[in-house]
Amino acid sequence: MVEMTVRQALRDAMAEEMRRDDRVLLIGEEVAEYQGAYKVSQGLLEEFGADRVIDTPITEHGFAGLAIGAAMAGLRPINEFMTFNFAMQAMDQIINSAAKTLYMSGGQVRCPIVLRGPNGAAARVAAQHSQDYASWFAHVPGLKVIAPWSATDAKGLLKAAVRDPNPVIFLENEILYGVSFDVGDEDVVLDIGKAAIERTGRDVTVVGYSITVSRALEAAGILAEEGVEAEVINLRTIRPLDIATIIDSIARTNRLVMVEEGWAFAGIGAEVIAAVCHGGFDHLDAPPARVSAADVPLPYAANLEEAALPRADQVVRAVREVCYV
Amino acid sequence: MSAAPADDPALLVDFYRTMLLVRRFEEKVGQMYGMGLIGGFCHLYIGQEAVVVGMDAAIRADDAVITSYRCHAHALVRGIPPAAIMAELTGRGTGVSKGKGGSMHMFDMERGFYGGHGIVGAQVPLGAGIAFAQKYQKRDNVTLIFFGEGAANQGQVYETFNMASLWKLPAIFVIENNQYAMGTAIRRAKAGTELCHRGEAFGIHGVQVDGMDVVAVHEASRDLVARVRDGEGPMLVEMQTYRYRGHSMSDPVKYRTRDEVQKVRERQDPIEQLRARLVESGTIDDAALKAIDRDVKKTVAEAAEHAQTSPEPDISELMTDVMVDADGGSA
Amino acid sequence: MPITVTMPQLSPTMEVGTLARWLVSEGDTVTSGDVLAEIETDKATMEVEAIDDGTVGRILVAEGTENVPVNQAIALILEEGEEALEEEPGSIEAVPLPSGPASGEADSEPEKAVVQDGPGKPASSGRKRAASPLARSMALKAGLSLDDVTGSGPGGRIIKRDIEKALKAGVPATSPAIASAWEEIRVTGMRRVIAERLQEAKQTIPHFYLSLDCDIDRLLEARREINAAGYRVSVNDFIIRALALALRDVPDANVQWGGDVIRRFAHVDLSVAVAVDGGLVTPVIRDAASRSLLDIATAMRDLADRARSGKLMPEEYQGGSFTLSNLGMYGIREFDAVINPPQAGILAVGAGYPRPVARDGALAVATLMSTTLSADHRVVDGATGAALLNAFRNFIESPTSLLL
Repeated sequence: MVEMTVRQALRDAMAEEMRRDDRVLLIGEEVAEYQGAYKVSQGLLEEFGADRVIDTPITEHGFAGLAIGAAMAGLRPINEFMTFNFAMQAMDQIINSAAKTLYMSGGQVRCPIVLRGPNGAAARVAAQHSQDYASWFAHVPGLKVIAPWSATDAKGLLKAAVRDPNPVIFLENEILYGVSFDVGDEDVVLDIGKAAIERTGRDVTVVGYSITVSRALEAAGILAEEGVEAEVINLRTIRPLDIATIIDSIARTNRLVMVEEGWAFAGIGAEVIAAVCHGGFDHLDAPPARVSAADVPLPYAANLEEAALPRADQVVRAVREVCYV
Repeated sequence: MSAAPADDPALLVDFYRTMLLVRRFEEKVGQMYGMGLIGGFCHLYIGQEAVVVGMDAAIRADDAVITSYRCHAHALVRGIPPAAIMAELTGRGTGVSKGKGGSMHMFDMERGFYGGHGIVGAQVPLGAGIAFAQKYQKRDNVTLIFFGEGAANQGQVYETFNMASLWKLPAIFVIENNQYAMGTAIRRAKAGTELCHRGEAFGIHGVQVDGMDVVAVHEASRDLVARVRDGEGPMLVEMQTYRYRGHSMSDPVKYRTRDEVQKVRERQDPIEQLRARLVESGTIDDAALKAIDRDVKKTVAEAAEHAQTSPEPDISELMTDVMVDADGGSA
Repeated sequence: MPITVTMPQLSPTMEVGTLARWLVSEGDTVTSGDVLAEIETDKATMEVEAIDDGTVGRILVAEGTENVPVNQAIALILEEGEEALEEEPGSIEAVPLPSGPASGEADSEPEKAVVQDGPGKPASSGRKRAASPLARSMALKAGLSLDDVTGSGPGGRIIKRDIEKALKAGVPATSPAIASAWEEIRVTGMRRVIAERLQEAKQTIPHFYLSLDCDIDRLLEARREINAAGYRVSVNDFIIRALALALRDVPDANVQWGGDVIRRFAHVDLSVAVAVDGGLVTPVIRDAASRSLLDIATAMRDLADRARSGKLMPEEYQGGSFTLSNLGMYGIREFDAVINPPQAGILAVGAGYPRPVARDGALAVATLMSTTLSADHRVVDGATGAALLNAFRNFIESPTSLLL
């Protein structure tokens, strides 16, 4: 058992994949000489040189398009967005070029690229720098969408993403970068599309991804003191969604609470709940509940920001509601 | 490299044949569209033939080409069988993209033809990415990136110029200036109409070429390709050309006069210019020209026949090619 | 006028049927004689045929609907030239019978198709009882009417705990026709493996069976003497030893089918089936033919103990060449066992029972133990199997040979 931060796990995953396959390269703003705006690419320039660790101008639309073109031509780029907020500049290339070209070309043009960076709220950076884009990307056929929580997730899934022959959106979380986790097997490559049960329980299934897994686990701790045993599922991959694991859990608990950092409307929770209602209808003993961001652009003021983001106490409340206690 | 094209009769005859193939093919496409055999958007290349024919002859088979949605001619000239392109247009399973792309989305990876892109300007950074891969893999290849003068106003084009020049990518930016971005004449949309200068702020050398003269196109292209292949970094060429038909099949062409089109046809038509030159110089006689005409017509007729008799894609194709299977991607 | 297809009466006693499956879809062209649907009655599955030519205009009863009354319209067929039908909600109702009780109920609400109150009970009037999907399905399985349950959820919603309470209180099931309640037991990993492997065995291995009775009086006597001397040897240990020696002597039975090749094993690694909580495991006595009876007895006791406490290592239960399954201790007289793949044979051993036998022309009593060999006919033929069984019997019936 090794303890490492999510940041270190991401770095190691990239370094290992770059050692394994010389088609893998890292491209983005400040990834090389600055060592990463969030220090995720620390030391990579030194090891792999400027040909493979490439600082770009501030030009997201352009460099994402360029990296996508390079992937089509046989390279395996890791494209870092300083944050996913800036990926909106590149949305056309991600959706119309990366996701759709395989289909439009009748299976000829592949695009094995990883588009990664921090996603969701950081701390006190206000609306334009604080949004969870999971549902935006997950909407589109042709993309895989991953949202790791722990260091194990980060390492095992980033390695899997680099090896995947398809475009993969890899949604990290800035607040989790510095968090340490025990990593069981350092060399593990996880399966994309498999959720993880982080805590077992018989009374309610709480589903989260990325940082909301932390919220769900906090809530499960509080609930355990009240005698309510929550099972916590970490989605790990948003698309393809591991609905089987969720329904399997609900078959035992009969209740679902979904926790997401994005807005509820047309969100990942909406998708999970629709899938559960379809595939697990007869298991449900209560209407599924959602805990999500307040339906406003994220405010700056500390108290308003706290009120806008999903919290453990809201999860506890939602669990009590679906458990009829 | 062989002798200058003006001195190479076989090459000139080949240009003639290829331009004629593009012309007749596109005319047939227009006819079939009118009959309801082709759906959706459909953009014809008639009038611009010299550009792609002269340029493609200046690169190698292992080089790369990427272009916009006006892509039938680029696909034909790269060597994709006319029948496969026509079958794509009629939405058949034997189409070059299995009937999933249509008029705007022809691809052929074996021939280095990267499409066929529908969002104006998006192919420019993608093309730079292909050039990036060529350089990264230390291959002496080049990428031709075609886009219209309309796309030359897109921001991502300049983002790409910046990176391509910064990293000395083996890319040739080809602005096909056919004078109209849909219905907007160039003077109404561009501050400064000399598009060949558009790369200069990024240190990209640009030239302006008469895109109606296939020999001029080819000579300029050979020079640019040689320099780019030698590692001088990206270059830009503005091809002054003209399209006879509307932007797409649904364009009523209210923004210019019939007379304007007619004048260009009479004085500058790329095929007629070359035909006159070949006849005057005694390179080819009338009988041989007629034989080429017959030959091209037959090829186009066969493609049209194939495209109408081939089966539609099997319904099982609906859900394929969305993702590459994991085991298929390990190569 | 569209032609109405109704639920046919497929037997004199049939009153309702289940629409098991549609074989046509709306818009399909049908000609007289085409099979339209499959109907399940309590007795059989029958086909409904088209009796006119036309196009399927509308399917009125969904696949899987139970308890559709005889003569209720189930589909409309459009004749040539008829336009597709406009959607009209009132069209899904019973076609009145010429006479009989159903004619007055043509105004039944469309909701009626939802099975919630069970057959035999009139559709409840008024609003549907609010109940969670889980509570609804629990009630249905238990044959419990929701009318008899008080809801404790928000707005009186009936939830899981209400059904559990009602069942505990013994609310009578309204419909004996519905199956009694069951509980779902999660399939364990061991159960899944057993299920998969044995299904594979029965589906892919061509089994054949040979039976033989062995006289075990002398063996029982030998065992008494050995155990009287302070050892602990079971009948099963003798059987293990005898089977191992028989396989040694008939090596063509100690084999495995490998597709392109046949594997003939150099040693007899005997898997011995041991019943454990929730299933069975087959620890392996390695190289059993070269081990003494006492050695086998000690090893077997240890393996069986650890099998029951779940402490076997994988290498201790994987890779045997042949299996022994003995149900004698349960009093079973004889049985046929399923081969344990990828092996090619298993010996099923029953209990010893005193039975009359003819000996030297006179009736005598002997303790006979029935054995049945299941063999994979791809690699073991009848004669080989017979040779193995005979060798086995010879060892069993002359137990001193097992002590050598």
